[in-house]
Amino acid sequence: MRTARVSFGGAIHEAIEYGGQLQLKDGRIVEEKDVIWLTPIVPRTVFALGLNYADHAAELAFDAPSEPLVFLKGPNTFIGHQAYTRRPADVTYMHYECELAVVIGKTARHVKKEDAYSFIKGYSVANDYAIRDYLENYYRPNLRVKNRDTCTPFGPWLVDADDVSDPMNLQLTTHVNGKLVQQGTTADMIFDIPELIAYLSSFMTLSENDVIMTGTPKGSVNTSVGDVVVTEIEGIGRLVNTIIGDEAFPNR
Amino acid sequence: MSTAKIKWSGSVELESVQVNVETNSIEVDGTSRDAKEYTLDNPISGTIYGTLLNFQGSLESLEDAVYEYPYHSPPVAPVLYIKPANTFNRNCAGIPMPQDVTKLEMGASLGIVMSKTAIALTEENALRHVAGFTIVNDVSVPHSNIFRPAVQHKSRDGFCPSGPWIIDLDEVENPDDLAIRVFINDELKQENSTKNLIRPIAQLLAAVTEFMTLFPGDVLLAGVPEVAPLAGVGDTVRIEIDGIGCLENTVVDEKTFIRRESK
Repeated sequence: MRTARVSFGGAIHEAIEYGGQLQLKDGRIVEEKDVIWLTPIVPRTVFALGLNYADHAAELAFDAPSEPLVFLKGPNTFIGHQAYTRRPADVTYMHYECELAVVIGKTARHVKKEDAYSFIKGYSVANDYAIRDYLENYYRPNLRVKNRDTCTPFGPWLVDADDVSDPMNLQLTTHVNGKLVQQGTTADMIFDIPELIAYLSSFMTLSENDVIMTGTPKGSVNTSVGDVVVTEIEGIGRLVNTIIGDEAFPNR
Repeated sequence: MSTAKIKWSGSVELESVQVNVETNSIEVDGTSRDAKEYTLDNPISGTIYGTLLNFQGSLESLEDAVYEYPYHSPPVAPVLYIKPANTFNRNCAGIPMPQDVTKLEMGASLGIVMSKTAIALTEENALRHVAGFTIVNDVSVPHSNIFRPAVQHKSRDGFCPSGPWIIDLDEVENPDDLAIRVFINDELKQENSTKNLIRPIAQLLAAVTEFMTLFPGDVLLAGVPEVAPLAGVGDTVRIEIDGIGCLENTVVDEKTFIRRESK
């Protein structure tokens, strides 16, 4: 089952896919174009992985890390499917990062790798935009790069864990304005999903709706205002985002 | 007496009360009792963001390293981190000592509690978005290398006691001139002041909200002074901030850490 959270008719609803339309929990059938897509869950603690694909690490001129490079994200940065991400006018390099998002389903502490999958509620797609101009070498990558408002599209669906037979063998692609710019497979993660859950839960307690964004493969290309960026993961979802400029934000 | 907001244990809402910050006591029905006599929940409902290297001495302590590998240059923008929900802890509760370490850094910080959605604040209007101030102990596993995010050092369970209350903004004449003292087992181990902040509070709020929204209930830590005192199992740490109050916790073995029963 795939579930979404949408705004429709002045309220927030859970919805499921219904033959190209959406069925709200109260039974109503609505068109996708008539809803506002919210993030598929309200994320609690969100972890993101840096350099978790060897080809992307090489692309950024880093050696593959010996332990997971983890950073955290706050609630301000998340937006849903079909939403808008801001590119500041003064930056020279802003790139998307297509990532498999793992949603934790229950309290997890000192989890063994072989048990890790039983702690997963489901999967979704995240786009972990980065603005390289703002990179500095303190707690890198820092929040000014990775926790900007609107810079983490997340969705459209939460796909039940039971419906994903092998999350470590899924194709990831990103298209910008219809052109393929990033392609990889989750099989190439350096630290795989069970290792990440075991690692994080070895020193802190994970809870329901914590999210692990598992990193991105090679294929970073600069994006521009007006670009339509589609990050897609086989069997999980197709997350559409449009980049907009400063003029849409007169207060900032 | 100062007006403050507290969260009684088990209560959903914050309650406005009168407190005495000198004696760290709460007045209820005309009787004043030490905050330690009550079980108070931590008063924070939002996200806690920490600020690295915002004390002059903390940046100076890096000396020339800021010009060398891997840092290459001093920081330009605020360096932030998140204390996630599993770290939240309260006044008088235990701070769990992980099995793999023997000493923890006690990171005393003024917590700036937001009252309104804060986007692109200016130094002039910044404080009008602040509800008040609390005391936060930003506990860390000691780490000298700050090139990569310190999630493993800063995000362990119980590593962010805060409270005992939120002192109303109006009660604090100048948040950029508050003495901070850290006592371990009643011995003064650290003394500093928010007058040594590189970015004073309004300036920090403006710099942070330039790129990320702070929501009502979110807390931004002004920064941790250089040379954070170390504490081991059995040590009691008390952080005093003038005009705000004091936050006290004892470091306990992780294995015996039961948050709801420790006192």
